[in-house]
Amino acid sequence: MYAQMIQSTGKGVKTLDEMEPEERAFQERINAGGKIEPKDWMPDGYRKNLIRQIGQHAHSEIVGQLPEGNWITRAPTLERKAILLAKVQDEAGHGLYLYCAAETLGITRDEMFEALHEGRMKYSSIFNYPTLTWADMGAVGWLVDGAAIMNQVPLQRTSYGPYARAMVRICKEESFHQRQGFDIMMKMCNGTDAQKKMAQDALNRMWFPSLMMFGPSDKESVHSEQSMAWKIKMNTNDELRQKFVDQTVPQAQYLGLTIPDETLAWNEEKGGYDFAEPDWNEFFDVLKGNGPCNQERLQTRKDAWEEGAWVREGMLAHAAKKRSMKVAAE
Amino acid sequence: MNTTGPTPSKRTGEWPLFEVFIRGQHGLSHRHVGSLHAPDAEMAVKNARDVYTRRNEGVSIWVVEAEAIHASAPGDKEALYDPSNDKVYRHPTFFDVPEEVGHM
Repeated sequence: MYAQMIQSTGKGVKTLDEMEPEERAFQERINAGGKIEPKDWMPDGYRKNLIRQIGQHAHSEIVGQLPEGNWITRAPTLERKAILLAKVQDEAGHGLYLYCAAETLGITRDEMFEALHEGRMKYSSIFNYPTLTWADMGAVGWLVDGAAIMNQVPLQRTSYGPYARAMVRICKEESFHQRQGFDIMMKMCNGTDAQKKMAQDALNRMWFPSLMMFGPSDKESVHSEQSMAWKIKMNTNDELRQKFVDQTVPQAQYLGLTIPDETLAWNEEKGGYDFAEPDWNEFFDVLKGNGPCNQERLQTRKDAWEEGAWVREGMLAHAAKKRSMKVAAE
Repeated sequence: MNTTGPTPSKRTGEWPLFEVFIRGQHGLSHRHVGSLHAPDAEMAVKNARDVYTRRNEGVSIWVVEAEAIHASAPGDKEALYDPSNDKVYRHPTFFDVPEEVGHM
């Protein structure tokens, strides 16, 4: 999802009997639905895993502003522009909620930025695809935010208190994002043939990258098993992907758009759709840095950070000056 | 009295961390909503407005330097809170009021 391919201890899940008393108490609290708070004892693996996961999620929110920011100056009406601006501002806010949750685990915000800029931390693969037309703003809101919601709603119940609380705030704001996207799609699908074609083209390009957001099947992954035992992952990637497809297909039908998957068919027995897997080789390639926009996205982040350094330093100097004037006046 | 004010992190030169508290409505108390970094308290209030009240979530904002907060330790939980468990008479439901007496 916004956090993909998070690796845990890699050792498999310990049983309660195999745990030292401290860890057993920790796990029992999680099993009972309790929350872990920043100063509570926690296993190193839990801490490291959460930093990776929340950090990656935060980076995704921040980098996720770029494909949409691309269209702010070119939105078709003033109203659409105001809506898109508000949406992108929300993404910045979501990034900040998440950085603040990650910081409670003992990493600084600058360390996380550094790790992102040096490629040691990732952001979601989806933001390495370009947004070529205005219809992509519709498809991103409808599909990308829709997929994000699938993952974030259950995370409101995650075991780590600050993460769960950040998710509650995020989920409250996220459904506006999806609806504004669907609204753009509806407008285009009820428009001219050219507009409808544009909407279909956006769906064609975004469909499989959206399915990739959930990550490859993790049914047998030890990392996933550990994360689920810790309740920092609430569902398997396949469960969420299935849910997403089942929810999205009828919406596409309503729009009169065709999902670009010839194998898509309702399966009465499982009560869900059968659908084609995305090209996982492409996914791994994008994660490695070879997607259409990886370099551009990361460079934009680095430039913003480096070119903003004088502002950060200047504001600190100004704050120090104000302080010393206040002391002098006393 | 604090004459030095917030100081940037010695390790990284980051803007200091502030904890943010928002009063949701008139008559309610301020509630912790999260944290943010800012060069000073004035900017922290301005940033808190943008980060935490984009949808009318509040009518008042407090920011407190995170370093200025002193918290109880998780390990002290039993010592601090267990003693109140055996004082059930502190709750009104401990006492039976005869039905004839009515609401009390």
